[in-house]
Amino acid sequence: MTTDALRGETLASIDAAQTPEALEAVRVAALGKSGSISQLMKGLGGLAPDERLKVAPVYQALREEVSAALEAKKTELGKAALSARLASERQDLSLPSSPLLSGTVHPISQVMDELSEIFADLGFAVAEGPEIESDWHNFTALNIPPEHPARAMHDTFYATPAEGGERMVLRTHTSPVQIRTMMAGKPPFRIIAPGRVYRSDSDATHTPMFHQVEGLVIDRGIHLGHLKWTLETFVKAFFEVDDVTLRLRPSFFPFTEPSVEVDVGCSWEGGTLKVGGTSSWLEILGSGMVHPKVIANCGLDPNEWQGFAFGCGIDRLAMLKYGMTDLRAFFDADLRWLKHFGFASLDVPTLSAGVGA
Amino acid sequence: MRFPLSWLKRYLDTEASATDLADAMTRLGLEVESLENPAEALKPFVIAKVLTAERHPQADKLQVLSVDTGDGKGLQVVCGAPNARAGLLGVFGSPGAYVPGLDVTLKVAAIRGVESNGMMCSARELQLGEDHEGILDLPADAPVGAGYAEWAGLNDPVFEVAITPNRQDCMGVYGIARDLAAAGLGTLKPLVVPAIAAQGESLVPVRTDDPKGCPAFFARSVAGVRNGPSPKWLQDILTRAGLRPISALVDVTNYFAIGLGRPLHVYDVAKLKGGLVARRAKPGETLLALNGKSYELDDSMTVIADDTHVHDIGGIMGGMDSGVSETTTDVLVEAAYFDPARIGATGRALGLTSDARSRFERGVDPAFVEPGLDLAVAMIVELCGGTASEILKAGEPPLAEKTVGFDPARTLALGGLDVPEAEQRAILEKLGFVVAEGAAPWAVAVPSWRRDVDGAADLVEEIVRLHGLDKVRSVALPRPDGVAAPTATPAQKLERRLKRLMAARGLDEAITWSFISEAEAAKFGGCHWKLDNPLSAELAVMRGSLLPGLVSAAGRNAARGSQSLRLFQHGRRYLAEGERPTLAVLLAGDATPRDWRFGKARAFDAFDAKAEVQAALAAAGAPVERLQTVQPASDHYHPGRSAKLVLGKAVLAEFGELHPDVLGDLDRAVAAEIFLDAIPERRQKRARPAFTPPALQPVRRDFAFLVPETVQAEALVRAVKGADKALIADAQLFDRFAGAGVPEGQLSLAVAVTLQPLDKTLTDADIEAVARAIVAAAGKLGATLRG
Repeated sequence: MTTDALRGETLASIDAAQTPEALEAVRVAALGKSGSISQLMKGLGGLAPDERLKVAPVYQALREEVSAALEAKKTELGKAALSARLASERQDLSLPSSPLLSGTVHPISQVMDELSEIFADLGFAVAEGPEIESDWHNFTALNIPPEHPARAMHDTFYATPAEGGERMVLRTHTSPVQIRTMMAGKPPFRIIAPGRVYRSDSDATHTPMFHQVEGLVIDRGIHLGHLKWTLETFVKAFFEVDDVTLRLRPSFFPFTEPSVEVDVGCSWEGGTLKVGGTSSWLEILGSGMVHPKVIANCGLDPNEWQGFAFGCGIDRLAMLKYGMTDLRAFFDADLRWLKHFGFASLDVPTLSAGVGA
Repeated sequence: MRFPLSWLKRYLDTEASATDLADAMTRLGLEVESLENPAEALKPFVIAKVLTAERHPQADKLQVLSVDTGDGKGLQVVCGAPNARAGLLGVFGSPGAYVPGLDVTLKVAAIRGVESNGMMCSARELQLGEDHEGILDLPADAPVGAGYAEWAGLNDPVFEVAITPNRQDCMGVYGIARDLAAAGLGTLKPLVVPAIAAQGESLVPVRTDDPKGCPAFFARSVAGVRNGPSPKWLQDILTRAGLRPISALVDVTNYFAIGLGRPLHVYDVAKLKGGLVARRAKPGETLLALNGKSYELDDSMTVIADDTHVHDIGGIMGGMDSGVSETTTDVLVEAAYFDPARIGATGRALGLTSDARSRFERGVDPAFVEPGLDLAVAMIVELCGGTASEILKAGEPPLAEKTVGFDPARTLALGGLDVPEAEQRAILEKLGFVVAEGAAPWAVAVPSWRRDVDGAADLVEEIVRLHGLDKVRSVALPRPDGVAAPTATPAQKLERRLKRLMAARGLDEAITWSFISEAEAAKFGGCHWKLDNPLSAELAVMRGSLLPGLVSAAGRNAARGSQSLRLFQHGRRYLAEGERPTLAVLLAGDATPRDWRFGKARAFDAFDAKAEVQAALAAAGAPVERLQTVQPASDHYHPGRSAKLVLGKAVLAEFGELHPDVLGDLDRAVAAEIFLDAIPERRQKRARPAFTPPALQPVRRDFAFLVPETVQAEALVRAVKGADKALIADAQLFDRFAGAGVPEGQLSLAVAVTLQPLDKTLTDADIEAVARAIVAAAGKLGATLRG
């Protein structure tokens, strides 16, 4: 057979091979030990040098061409086999994956985090105190002596005292934290104190347990103007509204003098409350300049130190910002409510990303 | 406080509108809760005259009226009132008018086939009273066609004002008028105390035997009164103030209480035996009070009594016995001063509120006892006739003169308002303060009606509220240089981390009541703090564990059909030694739902709870590796499927399946409590140590042991790990088997050990030596290598 014929036949066999096995048979037949091309190469040794010089390159070229064709065919068959396998491995990816576990953070926790973030920027640390409080811290130190009519404003829960023990109260406000802060440290102070408080009261807008945040600034030369600025700054940051108008009204709290009740300007659009503007007013917090007697009760000189305090319902802030209407639902742990009003774990309020999730 | 504009105008000469007055009150700190004008609602109703009244052809009880509504024509109106008759002047509502008492808007309608073009109204239909016997029947001089409300004097807006406890002076309309006048909204009319033409001594002697509870008991008797209805103006303002007119004598006392903040009491002399004395009640004495209820008194309470019994809970409520009636002819009028603290304590003890109590409790004007009495007696004589006696004065009201030193610079320093000194002085004087002439600090005498004022800060408040709180300008708090410093404490940071971690792990944060029922608490180890006055038995003790709240929350959710519940709660346990921060977890229902890959749903088990505990403890920086599992946990857990994680003596957490006894409505639940206060504080340096990864590949070997079934897997793994602390980098249990091939009473536990060569590759001999050490260490627990 001529080399041309051998070439044509071999390449045709390669082309015709449909499986790796068939291709291997072609390879063995051509390039195996006793393959047709291997035989040709072996025959070179018996040729005259002239003749050998003439045909060797031809045989070499043939062998290389066939090798390359085999390799190419092998790749092609491999690809086809992979494609066929993959084609047989189809899945319906519209089937559900593992259920997504997404928990929630309670709105009260979220709002407390927002408050901490905003007030940290204003230099307020977060202070805490006991919820089962002494009468002195909850009332007397705050200028509410035992027979003061203001005590009637606080529907107080009392703890049954131990034999010969003091009759403790469930704190009716976060204000005793003011006292503890002032007694424990050295002025100046800038703190907020969020926490649980208790009043013996229960209806759609009152629950016997709720949350308050207290603010306290004690320094030299602090006056009502600083209070107003702080509250405006806070309300703007918290509600993320620039157009916020606060209305300050004289009021009465035994532990502040002057005392100021604060309304925020708002509007009702289609039954929804919107903070901003002045078409309507909503009472959001009580505040005032810390009463000199309270400062003195904490062992500080009211002639040297003065400042302001404010207190605000956290649950109420959450309701205003996020649209809940029933306070009782906050403490019912209804999974549907938690999923509806709760916050994702990654909704961490920060100043750079915003404090409104 | 509720009062109409006309009452305010009895004391305040003003042209200001009701709205302006209300705004001013709110600006002054007298919060107007509502301002309503009854005339507004009645605007569409006019005075009309019935021209003719014919029987309705289809109904016996109805009449067909022809009504003149002011245009002289007769409008056909069907009416069912028995008193409807030709010539009657009444009140007519035309179609389109809203009838408040019926809550309907009128329209032209056929009534039994006869067209009716409006309605003649009764008092009840217009919410002017209870009368529904017939339609309103107006006097003959009522102008036909005129607006009814205006003609009837109903155009008298009513204020509802919340008075803060410090403003005892504004518990009378007169005090509010004084504030408004000082704020420039009119002129305060002075009270002119008349000279009483007195004759003789009081018919009844009075004295006080309790000078602390009742320092002053002043009285005059009036002989020969006729007690009938009070005049219309008085009845009208009392009605608008929400009080029911009773009789002239009673109405006078209400007029003084509401109008002037001066409660009085009037006794029917005929019903008294001997003199009246203010004294402490004797234990067991009772009084049937004017509200119809009987009160048992004790010796902490001040009462007014005659020779035989108590007639009045001093300063709070009088007795039924000696109240006045239409037949009363001789009265004793009492004006007393009661100690505010005593009144408050008595009122609270009896659970009794009254207009008198709310005034005495705040402290009435001690200088207005005698003038108030004389004004009232003069009014009684004017309305009821009779002859007043001389005044009887037992005791003295506490008229301590109070003077406050005041530097007007404080207004700017504390109030942030720059008010000229002259204006400050003027404000104080308009409010009744007397400011001594001269340089600062001023000596400012406090008026007798301002018991609340006793320091410079109080005067700053007066000036600020009169000058205008809205004029206070915002001033930024001084800000420290640089970026705001972090403020959160380690405990606060931990709380935030844990909440976010739990939410990220798929748990929902619950907040439940701090108080629970005593029965619930008992199931979870009891409680230390009980409430004296709980709202209900369900909310009676402070929780010693966060789990009861979560268990009942889970029960409620299960009842609502939830299939899988993952709840967590961060809060305090209230213990004898203090309030302890705690994280609690409750998992109920399906851990994984039915699934097309894995088949059946899987219920939560104790290991799901353990996973949450370990995640939380790791986030809290607890040395998780060093914790020991001690079984079982507290009694509210399943005794076989629960454990504590302890570090030395400290219990850091408990977890496991809950005991069936504590589950209530739930079938099954697993739970955990992590006692955050028990976690040792982690101290981590900011910069981490240098990174030095080992140069050599780790070697892994598996060991299968047969162990007695009492041996804890954790103990075995710990023993294996401890066999060569230098080489063994890790040991993990990966198989546990009991059954065929494993002897009774034993378990097969398999541990994968990772060896980390440090400075040279391990030889077979090295590995052999470690393996022997591992087997020896395990052998101390009774473990043998499985062949």
